[in-house]
Amino acid sequence: MAVNRVVITGVGAVSPYGIGADRLLAELFAGSSAVRNYPELATIGGMHSFVAARVPDIEQDARKIPRKHRRSMSGQSIYALLACREALAAAGLGEEICGSGRLGLAIGSTLGSVQTSEDFFRDFFKDQSLERMKSTTFFRLMNHSAASNVAQSLGVTGRVLAPAAACATGCLAVGLGYEQIAAGRTEMVLCGGSDEFHPLTIGTFDVMNAASREFNQQPEKTPRPFDRDRDGIVCGEGAGILLLESFDSARARGATVIAEIGGFATSSDPGSIANPDGSAMAACMGAALNDAGLDPSEIGYVNAHATATVQGDIAESEAIRELFGCDIAVSSLKGHMGHTMAASGSLELIATVGMLREKRLIPTLNLEHVDTACAPLNYLQDVAPAPEARAMMKNSFALGGVNSSIVIKEMEI
Amino acid sequence: MNEQEMIDLINNALAEEFELEPDDMTAEANLYEDLGLDSLDAVDMVVVLEQAFGFKIREDQAVREIRTLGDIYRFVAGKLQDQAEN
Repeated sequence: MAVNRVVITGVGAVSPYGIGADRLLAELFAGSSAVRNYPELATIGGMHSFVAARVPDIEQDARKIPRKHRRSMSGQSIYALLACREALAAAGLGEEICGSGRLGLAIGSTLGSVQTSEDFFRDFFKDQSLERMKSTTFFRLMNHSAASNVAQSLGVTGRVLAPAAACATGCLAVGLGYEQIAAGRTEMVLCGGSDEFHPLTIGTFDVMNAASREFNQQPEKTPRPFDRDRDGIVCGEGAGILLLESFDSARARGATVIAEIGGFATSSDPGSIANPDGSAMAACMGAALNDAGLDPSEIGYVNAHATATVQGDIAESEAIRELFGCDIAVSSLKGHMGHTMAASGSLELIATVGMLREKRLIPTLNLEHVDTACAPLNYLQDVAPAPEARAMMKNSFALGGVNSSIVIKEMEI
Repeated sequence: MNEQEMIDLINNALAEEFELEPDDMTAEANLYEDLGLDSLDAVDMVVVLEQAFGFKIREDQAVREIRTLGDIYRFVAGKLQDQAEN
């Protein structure tokens, strides 16, 4: 049970659209696809999916990070840092707050930098020698590399956590941030997920026949959540960071509250490490609603995990119907920017916060014909006004059986 | 390789690795106080020099005495001299 109310006072995003939460929201509302064809993927033996949603060139911004910090960063650390800075600025906070002990981090990635692993072992296997290994290699490889690099760069002296749960990481990190503040352990947490692209990620889904491969020459047509012609995941990258803060702290400093975290739940689905189960999803969503103290009828929109796999979309749709009935408005943002993995939960939560504030809903891109195998729901195919929506839910369900759901709501004074 | 070519090779390799400004790279420049390197950079400096010149120096005690760019020039010149004589 929450002791302190927890609010969102800042957001930051590095997405397949580039840098900036405002840009992310504008592109999503505009229906822009960030998915592109990458011919180099076609050169990899056994790979069938040649599409991805990569972060565009941000080299200029990355070079502004002092070398002392940048040298131990791979892409996912850089994305996380840039997003954290944006979130702090949006919250009206200077970076000096990071050294006050009042602010912590909860930032996770699916893995440490896979590209760094590849580079190291490619060299190592030439002659089984460590003589060419740089001192900073390990700092890019650590499971908590993104969190640590952000902490070092911003001078964070509070607690630093690095939860990892694959596709649920971003949502889980926000949930942990919420629980820490709610329990009175800290006043503020910069939280979310960050991931960098590597062919291994696509390959992981490709070998399970869960990566999109039929739209390689029409990348903007995939992925297709809930659509009858969906053929799997498109992998993306990026970072989504939210600055969570106790309501008391936000009020004391006169901060603008963007939204309130209503509730959170995470639970395990031990039925399969790979295949989702609708009843486990429904249990997680129900627990989040219970934590928020809300009735299903009070949720105006569900931002689905829906990655455009055959099984996952059906299971989630059934879970949503079980809890909310057939009239609930639902969409997935994977159609726009693919599955940004560890970042997806927090990037999509940022977009959901934007929808709550703008009182209009972003539809599922590429949803042309709803799959009749999916449970009947109000699948959004166009931007929809939502003047009555005062609370929304965000789902993230991960390989490995880790489920998570977050409820956000308008601030009640 | 003459002395100037050796210095250029060292400077170029270090400038690229540590993003140093060529104007700052005088023989008297202290690696730590003037050029801003630290203990992690010192580890990587060994790798950079080994790759630039093809010798092994990580276990060489004299490496740990290096403080200035001039120290590096003298150290490398000595190693190259040793190689030539052996």
